[in-house]
Amino acid sequence: MNRIAQSLFLGAAVVTATFGAAQAHRAWLMPSTFVLSGDEQWVTVDGAISNDLFFPNHVAMSLDDIKVMAPNGSIADTENSATVKFRSVFDVKLDQQGTYKIVNGGGGYFASWTENGERRRQRGSLEELVAAGVDKKEGAQLMRSSRRVETFVTLGAPTETVFKPSGDGLEMVPVTHPNDVYAGESVAFKFLASGTPAVGLDVTIVKGQDRYRDTVDEVIVKTDAEGVVHFTLDEPGRYWLSADQGGEITVEGRKMSHRMSYVAIFEALPL
Amino acid sequence: MRLVLSIAGLSLMAGQVTAADMAVHLQIPEMSVAEYHRPYVAFWVARPDHSVAVNLGVWYQQEANREGAGTDWLKDIRQWWRRIGRTLDLPIDGVSGATRPPGEYALEFSGTSGPLTDLAEGEYTLHVEATREVGGRELVRIPFTWAPGKSFEKTVSGTSELGTITLKLIP
Repeated sequence: MNRIAQSLFLGAAVVTATFGAAQAHRAWLMPSTFVLSGDEQWVTVDGAISNDLFFPNHVAMSLDDIKVMAPNGSIADTENSATVKFRSVFDVKLDQQGTYKIVNGGGGYFASWTENGERRRQRGSLEELVAAGVDKKEGAQLMRSSRRVETFVTLGAPTETVFKPSGDGLEMVPVTHPNDVYAGESVAFKFLASGTPAVGLDVTIVKGQDRYRDTVDEVIVKTDAEGVVHFTLDEPGRYWLSADQGGEITVEGRKMSHRMSYVAIFEALPL
Repeated sequence: MRLVLSIAGLSLMAGQVTAADMAVHLQIPEMSVAEYHRPYVAFWVARPDHSVAVNLGVWYQQEANREGAGTDWLKDIRQWWRRIGRTLDLPIDGVSGATRPPGEYALEFSGTSGPLTDLAEGEYTLHVEATREVGGRELVRIPFTWAPGKSFEKTVSGTSELGTITLKLIP
């Protein structure tokens, strides 16, 4: 195997391993309530990465990158945050009418290169990786990752301010509001990859409580030419939606691969 | 009849029923349960596309108690909340009312004053939705045609949270 082929092969293997793991373990944020009424309310939110939906049985989600966007576009506080063995927890006070978005989002850079015949890897900010000179190493490859796990809660009537896309990674923009999903009704969500419609994206939807089923019974739907998926959920319940996409991105003049992942947790109410 | 008047918030007197009035008779059943709370009940008239033509009434806890404000649980009247409740600024005179104990209730809505005055001719569905704390929820629908001079009577039985519901249109 020549060096170029080897580096490509290993690079591919790393990517596969990373995303294979992401598929085996599912990240989720679960609010105590999705739809609320009244003047002021609280929700408590669990965050975990687990095998079963939505049972925290693997590792707690890190709270480092949690952000709560309020209906008026401001960032709301989280309170009583704690990370325990299998889950993290925090509370959010809802004192504005409308939709809040709770996000665990982030991104980072990975470099991989060959040194003394062995494949090496490092993660960090692009500045750190460049300062370490890893981009100049033999067989160097850079990768950017953009990941996002989010859920939505609405006090009063649903609003859409929090869905303004940032342009980074995979994002979901509602056609159907995620706090207005009902079993038996058609649902449509639009997906953007780096701010443009994600066409032909596979979106996987799994109903919670899979522990009590012999099969995962996932539904995979593909986005259309506008980046929109259409689906109908037969049963009310809490759902986990996930999509991954690879691409290329140029950051500060450096062309690199771009791995984007998106997860949303929402409920379907009975009619 | 005084009860009817206070529920519907009308200035209508018994015996003065004029053309195109609507009467809704509903039963809140007795429940043999360890923990009973009076149901929240909403009733409204919807168009075929589910949009709300008339928000007839909603019964919920009017005062805050130790557990919170009564409006905290309005979202549990799930369809009403989705179709109209979440966009309202409550309380609304003649629409908001206190919860009721098990029993029979006669609600009358005048066709010549109040919310039915502007109801256009057409096909509609009366919705009655009840939801009970640590209990169940039930939605009963009665489709009807609203037209001048057209009388109508239909009774539908709920199976859990609602007893029989009768809709009468009295021209």
